[in-house]
Amino acid sequence: MELPPEAAGERAGVRAWPFVTGWLRTQAGLVPKVRAAWGRGDHLGALAVRLGIGRDKYRLAPGLYALGEPTRSCPVIVTANYKLTFDTLRRELAGRSCWILVVETYGINVWCAAGKRSFSTDEVAARVKAAHLDKVVTHRTLILPQLAMPGVAAFNLRKLCGFKAVVGPVRAADLPAFLDAGMKADAAMRRVTFSLAERLTVAFVEIRANRLLTLNVAVAALILAAVGPGGFTFGGTLAAAAGAFGVYLLGFTAGCMGVPALLPHLPFRPFAAKGLTLGAAVGFLAACGLARSLPEGLAVVLACTAWASWFAMHYTGSSTFTSLSGVDREMRRYIPVQGGLLLAAILTWLISSWMGGAS
Amino acid sequence: MIGLRYIEDVVTLAYDREKCVGCGACGEVCPHGVFRAERGSKAELLDRGGCMECGACAVNCPSGAITVKAGVGCAQAILASWVSRVPFLKKTVNPDSCEC
Repeated sequence: MELPPEAAGERAGVRAWPFVTGWLRTQAGLVPKVRAAWGRGDHLGALAVRLGIGRDKYRLAPGLYALGEPTRSCPVIVTANYKLTFDTLRRELAGRSCWILVVETYGINVWCAAGKRSFSTDEVAARVKAAHLDKVVTHRTLILPQLAMPGVAAFNLRKLCGFKAVVGPVRAADLPAFLDAGMKADAAMRRVTFSLAERLTVAFVEIRANRLLTLNVAVAALILAAVGPGGFTFGGTLAAAAGAFGVYLLGFTAGCMGVPALLPHLPFRPFAAKGLTLGAAVGFLAACGLARSLPEGLAVVLACTAWASWFAMHYTGSSTFTSLSGVDREMRRYIPVQGGLLLAAILTWLISSWMGGAS
Repeated sequence: MIGLRYIEDVVTLAYDREKCVGCGACGEVCPHGVFRAERGSKAELLDRGGCMECGACAVNCPSGAITVKAGVGCAQAILASWVSRVPFLKKTVNPDSCEC
């Protein structure tokens, strides 16, 4: 199935993506033909970016691509140049022939790019012109992803580039049904969802995203353990620091994984408040099982609650239904609470060790 | 999206029914069914509290009947925008960035 490199378009210094299967001659020049099926590199790449590895460089060049054997009357589907987005689109359109117009969103997905206005009316119009799309197809219609619409004013597009915009479905998976229905979306295709699987799929990027914070917490735990809770021995300091770091990891897991998993079932609307609730519950269970004294147990509950709330609050960016005004308000209200809880946890931990040491 | 609703009383979405020209775009672009709109009749604001302020409806309203303070509901991005206003820290962040 893999073409020899020359047939896929390799030339001195430039190599085609493995998904390019050849070149299609059009009146606007050669257009790369792409396959629908994913190769090993596509699977590995998708897994890596879900873990936050190489995510900021996972992009492909904007421009026109051909899926299958498109003719001059085949539909044109517009998408972002985040490779996972492009890969998902071509996979969902397996067995069909169409044109894919990739716009420059700097490797960002459709919805976030539209929110930050890099997926914009001007950008789409510029790519239509740069690809000489009017020479490639005979119709004058673009199918845009619905989630691009915060950045694209459909009524302006025709004036700017001569092509009219049709609002496609939210999910690429609904495109075949949308096309078969004569470019009509039903109500379900127009709504975003946030199922358990979707909530957890986007949660894992936080592990790598927080690596610097995690390192700083480990160092801070060692320093704090050394000034009292470690009992002024090397082994004791390590053990106390490990305990404090473990509480951080517990709060991290509760906020980054537990809150997303239980999102519809936790009380309160603000994510930070959901995190407080779950963090306190998890911290209480951990304290009951592991704490050797009441103050130590109290410190565990306070710290776990603070961290879980902080990380739950950061999950707003991964969710599909939080507003700017709402997140702004919950941050102003809950960051002081989180800071206060963490400070109280540290003071309880330190002071109880000093008191215990004196007795 | 049962059970998944967010803080409702801060939503900045406003709709001026008088200005609506009945193009139906807002109903088509909203991912949360906030508007019911069909071509030829005035749009109805069904669920203002379900609005996530993405701004798609306002951007696609040709008559300016819809206004909203649009943005991304992302704590990381808001934190970056706050830090970018602090004199000595502003060089450490991209004001628009949450890396996504």
